Amino acid sequence: MTAHRPVLAVIGAGPAGLAGALAAAARGVRVVLVDSAAEAGGQFYRQPARGLGARRPQALHHQWRTWERLRTGLDTHLAAARVTHLSDRHVWCVERQSDGLTVHALIGPEQEESVAVHADGVLLATGGYEKVLPFPGWTLPGVVTAGGAQALLKGGLVLPGRTAVVAGTGPLLLPVATGLAAAGAQVVALVESAGPADFTRRARTWAGAPTKLAEGAVYAARLLRHRVAVTLRHAVLEAHGTERLESVTVAALDPEGRPVPGTERRVVCDTLAVGHGLLPHTDLAEGLGCRLDGPGVSVDDEQRTDVPGVWAAGETTGIGGSALSLAEGHIAGRSAAARLTGTVPDPREWAPAARARTGLRSFFAALDAAYAARPARWTEQVTDETVVCRCEEVTAGAVREAVGTLGAGDLRTVKLLTRAGMGWCQGRMCEPGVAGVAGCALTPARRSLARPVPLGVLAAPADPSTPQ
Amino acid sequence: MVVGAGMVGAACALYAARAGLDVILVDRGPVAGGTTGAGEGNLLVSDKEPGPELQLALLSAKLWGELAQEMGAAVEYEPKGGLVVASTPASLTALAELAAGQRAAGVSAVRVGADQLHELEPYLARGLAGGVLYPQDAQVMPTLAAAHLVRASGARLQTGRTVVQVLLDTAGAVRGVRTDRGDILAPAVVNAAGTWGSEVAALAGVRLPVLPRRGFVLVTEPLPRRVRHKVYAADYVADVASDSAALQTSPVVEGTAAGPVLIGASRERVGFDRSFSLPVVRALAAGATRLFPFLEQVRAMRTYLGFRPYLPDHLPAVGPDPRVPGLFHACGHEGAGIGLATGTGHLIAQTLTGRRPELDLAPFRPDRFDRADPLDRFAEEAPPWIP
Repeated sequence: MTAHRPVLAVIGAGPAGLAGALAAAARGVRVVLVDSAAEAGGQFYRQPARGLGARRPQALHHQWRTWERLRTGLDTHLAAARVTHLSDRHVWCVERQSDGLTVHALIGPEQEESVAVHADGVLLATGGYEKVLPFPGWTLPGVVTAGGAQALLKGGLVLPGRTAVVAGTGPLLLPVATGLAAAGAQVVALVESAGPADFTRRARTWAGAPTKLAEGAVYAARLLRHRVAVTLRHAVLEAHGTERLESVTVAALDPEGRPVPGTERRVVCDTLAVGHGLLPHTDLAEGLGCRLDGPGVSVDDEQRTDVPGVWAAGETTGIGGSALSLAEGHIAGRSAAARLTGTVPDPREWAPAARARTGLRSFFAALDAAYAARPARWTEQVTDETVVCRCEEVTAGAVREAVGTLGAGDLRTVKLLTRAGMGWCQGRMCEPGVAGVAGCALTPARRSLARPVPLGVLAAPADPSTPQ
Repeated sequence: MVVGAGMVGAACALYAARAGLDVILVDRGPVAGGTTGAGEGNLLVSDKEPGPELQLALLSAKLWGELAQEMGAAVEYEPKGGLVVASTPASLTALAELAAGQRAAGVSAVRVGADQLHELEPYLARGLAGGVLYPQDAQVMPTLAAAHLVRASGARLQTGRTVVQVLLDTAGAVRGVRTDRGDILAPAVVNAAGTWGSEVAALAGVRLPVLPRRGFVLVTEPLPRRVRHKVYAADYVADVASDSAALQTSPVVEGTAAGPVLIGASRERVGFDRSFSLPVVRALAAGATRLFPFLEQVRAMRTYLGFRPYLPDHLPAVGPDPRVPGLFHACGHEGAGIGLATGTGHLIAQTLTGRRPELDLAPFRPDRFDRADPLDRFAEEAPPWIP
């Protein structure tokens, strides 16, 4: 290497991307942090818009001190010009070239112009997105995703409704319910389809993760304080309303995951926040040809993908929360710094982060298993008339016909026969639902364009810039 | 017994069933899981030079028209016509010569002056030299077409079942196939495995040099109808017939019943490489925006790629294999398999039932490469000085 300082492009400014950017910038690498939001933080540390003048944004967050350290670190590196933060940049493709990688991003919010950043290495910290499952009435105004409700709270400080039900499954329901309640909504029910036995069976795992247990206890206390009724092993079967949401039907689930007849009750509400967990965002990795491991990007102990010069960290490698993202991002940043400056990293230098990574991965594997213990019977509640793909308005009946009489046996054929997943969201929203209704595996969709790109942008490539 | 549930296999199943045969259709993947599901669904006569392929295209166009009476809406059949445009007077002269030859072969081809182009396609770029309109060109949604032809055939469909061997009797004639889930006995096996047709031929012990030619398609956001015909530049015909392994892109632009505009067509010989290529996609976008400047503001939603099955002389293999009694081939249609499927299925059904095929199958003989290419010997036999 001559005077040229190696450049690492970090895509995503959430916990993983920030930890990676700070670790690499502190070790002789020039970092370009590319992110779609106006402010760093990602989903987890989503910042309120500046104009709103929020006095205590930390009220909606936990681990606020970690965020403050990340923010201070970022400011220091920004001031020293070791990090460049490109906000409002929507990456649509990372291109492999003979002399490195080029990150192509549309400039928001219009997304009509594209910039190109040339880098020696890329860290994919693109996070996760919400798994959405259809049910009768899910398209009514007033029905939002759990993450959507949380984003509204954190970003806009807008209270989505006054009387809310939080339903579905997974750990995200807890902060959503407490967040809504703290913001002044009346959370009339938290409906979780997993049952208590699913958790007590794994007592040893929880005992091994005391901080997570403490976190759970804090949520329990807050739910109690806000008088949120928690109903385990129940599910919302249907949302009702004419113009918008007016009520939901809640029922108990039997050990097989089927609703128990006679237990249905109506709950009046104007907001339903539904969450079924998260899925890794892998579009850019797939466009690069990175190998996947299940739904997430496959990485080695240094967080390297199988594509040279490409690292991945955080939810994109598998859902595991912000603490795991921080550990993975830190390791990725250190590995990238060493590799890009032509040295072999010594994993002993990041041993504490590696230990945290191991512990958190096994904790989330157990948590996943607990929440997934109940067989997925939700598809039986999806009537033929229920729309499963909103963009193309494809019903569950059309999907079932493609499987039953037209010979589709996989997600791609279902999509080609019904157009489910071919609209604006390109299946990001509806794919798990369509796969479930079709009864086939959720296979990666291979989206080589991570965002819609104007043809004029494709036709006239931007000159790649290398930050100085 | 038809191997391959793509468009060609579906058409073979349909016409064989209608000729009174009991048909089993086997595919290792789902219906339309290979090149059919990665195509645009072109039913074209315009891009073919006079000769046997054009004859097959004309027969197929007529049969597609008949099928459209039964299931046109279900397969999104659109007889929208093709418009080939020339940007320079020289390419217009070459296009006019091609059209004259096609007309003599029975194609309807109408000269369109530079001043009339915008009556046909209001959003077309200005300054083009002229073009030719081909009213017989049409389009279907290929996956829907394959699925509905299979259903209409009543054939027993076995997806997710892989043929591992073609079974022969002591006289060397076909008696069925061995699959990963048991044997299926049948006196006739049709190889409709498309780009993988060489593998199925090899299972029967014969050589059929089908090779992949990669193509990308770019799909835009749904739009109100602005592109009415299939519109492409005159150089497309030369690219289709080219033997070069290098990348070629010539713009092919068309609207669809569902709203998105489809943009092709690239051709590369890179084996079965599935990796995304931004330069190829950029070249497609550049070509399309030159033809239709309004597309500059339109967003590309996705790209997909497929592998056209081509044979060295760019003609498919259609008909009985003289080397193995009972083995029939219906593959190697390159980028024209959807369009040529009906004619192919019809001819296969005629030969399966011992009737005289409507077209002379000699140019499509599957064993034509055994003799033809002396260069193959050099490729296969190591020189004697190499240990």
